[in-house]
Amino acid sequence: MSIGISGLTKRFGRTDVLRGIDLGIKKGELVALLGPSGSGKTTLLKIIAGLEWPDAGRLEVDGVDWLQLAAQERRIGFVFQHYALFPHMTVRDNLAFGLTVRPRAERPGKAVIAAKVDELLHFLQIAHLADRYPAQLSGGQRQRVALGRALAIEPKVLLLDEPFGALDAAIRRDLRRWLRGVHDSTGSTTIFVTHDQEEAFELADRVVVMGEGRIEQIGHADAIHDHPATPFVARFMGATVELPVTLQAGRIEAPGLDLSALPRRPLPDGPADLFVRPADILPVPDDASPWRIDSRMSNGANLRLVLSHASGALAEADVPRRAVQADALVAGTAARLRVAAGTVFPATRGAPPAQKTEPKSLKLESVR
Amino acid sequence: MSAAATQTGAPIRAKRVLPGFTLSLGTTLLYLTLIVLIPVIALILKGAEIGPARFWQIVSSPRAVAAFQITLTAAVIATVLNAVYGLLMAWVLVRYDFPGKRLLDALMDVPFALPTAVAGLSLTALFSANGWFGSVLHPAGFPVVYTIWGIALAMAFTSVPFVVRTVQPVLEDMDPALEQAAVTLGARPWAIFARVVFPAILPAWLAGCTTAFARSLGEFGAIVFIAGNLPFQTEIAALLAFIRLEEFDYNGAAAIALVLLGFALALLLVSNLLQTWASRYREASR
Repeated sequence: MSIGISGLTKRFGRTDVLRGIDLGIKKGELVALLGPSGSGKTTLLKIIAGLEWPDAGRLEVDGVDWLQLAAQERRIGFVFQHYALFPHMTVRDNLAFGLTVRPRAERPGKAVIAAKVDELLHFLQIAHLADRYPAQLSGGQRQRVALGRALAIEPKVLLLDEPFGALDAAIRRDLRRWLRGVHDSTGSTTIFVTHDQEEAFELADRVVVMGEGRIEQIGHADAIHDHPATPFVARFMGATVELPVTLQAGRIEAPGLDLSALPRRPLPDGPADLFVRPADILPVPDDASPWRIDSRMSNGANLRLVLSHASGALAEADVPRRAVQADALVAGTAARLRVAAGTVFPATRGAPPAQKTEPKSLKLESVR
Repeated sequence: MSAAATQTGAPIRAKRVLPGFTLSLGTTLLYLTLIVLIPVIALILKGAEIGPARFWQIVSSPRAVAAFQITLTAAVIATVLNAVYGLLMAWVLVRYDFPGKRLLDALMDVPFALPTAVAGLSLTALFSANGWFGSVLHPAGFPVVYTIWGIALAMAFTSVPFVVRTVQPVLEDMDPALEQAAVTLGARPWAIFARVVFPAILPAWLAGCTTAFARSLGEFGAIVFIAGNLPFQTEIAALLAFIRLEEFDYNGAAAIALVLLGFALALLLVSNLLQTWASRYREASR
């Protein structure tokens, strides 16, 4: 089922949760809504489900105006973040709920329902759990039951809210692969919400990056990773170091930075911000540089160096611990920053760069 | 001097995180014994004093049997009314926002706070032949005062908060995602209530109804004013026990009281069994 969304807005009290969403999703596509908490991604998902209602805009599925339909009539499969399994029903009854709850005239016979549930139990590889209650299942098992319950009504659209949010890292990876298989074999149109980039990029055909109620960028993993469309996406994609630079005839320059690896940019001359991932920065000892190493921590594989500029700005650099240069990088050393890759955006309203770097990188940490 | 020795030699004793276990448990047990256990034991001993034959004779006397019947019937009527109304009230208080909601919520405690005699007096005033309600009901051929309906009314008044206050917090704690999940699966409002919400509040609701019923069995103050207290017609068991006591027939009073106690204990047992059954799916989560 193809989904067309245009001009969708939603306010909760005085907060604009969605500020005009336009998005088209093709039949059979697997799309991720990626963004930090508060970006409006879950609200968008709930509007598609019919659990929330927008203030303005259009939502059409195969040409049908879904804003005229109640949630019950939309035939969607929704998988909740904490599964929302019915605690007083066995796995079998949970799976059958969407079928047994239909009006008598449309309800399939008991044998048909039982057969359908058995089929799902096998498809989800949880046949041995059929008679257990949700309280007796592990997180990963509950996730499968929740998905199975949604699939039982053969939904036109499958919607998942942070489907792996509450699971261990290892189970997540397994279930991710498994969900991709489920999507491919059911052929449904699937949208899922996540704040985990790895999850979004590994699983989805297309990723929609959302921030503060707007769509910031739509695309594939590589494009979003290498060419973030906005400073928001750059930061969200891990380019947490913001360095004030100057553009001159397309060349990026700043004292204490070695930017020779960066290509020229077709941007107007003037002040600009360079967004860089800590792993793309290599400090090189240089007494003339205004940058100085403040601290050095190891996480085993990498050294994380925190550097400060004479003006008070901070930057972080991740250097492989076994790199040849690593030994020389001790606290107190003055160093030039060699930047391997980064994205430049014209400076925003001339805000003082010294205060910009730190709070934003902190904010992003808290978002993860 | 012997610091090293104690460090190596002393056995390891796990320290409790919360101090004061012995003291607090001891105080609680002492209090419980004085307030609850000793009176109950005294009652049982008093009843046992007279021997089974005499006991049976007292409790199976026509007047006592009639009193038990009236008490039980009225308590059943009151509990059925409260079960329905109390559930509705809890639902309204939890699910909707409306002006005066907090006031209504506070009003729910009035039956707890009001002296039961005051409740009995005002109910009698309202329902007597020249009261506001009575002046309508009496000519319609439905007298409330001095009938079993009056008793049931007084019981319902004093016991309704038990149902409301046990269901309310459970309803409040229900995960809204459960109902949303049911909606996305195509369930209509009634199906959501019957198949998702009600099973979740069933244990609490049963518990509330049982306490309300037990309370109704023992209610005294509110009833004596409205019941008229005619033997064989509107005389409740608690009043009969009181009458026996006034006649210095301690054994008779104790025997009737024991039967009431037996009802209450049996009810608690049934209630607990029902609750265990209704929440059997939770076993693994604890």
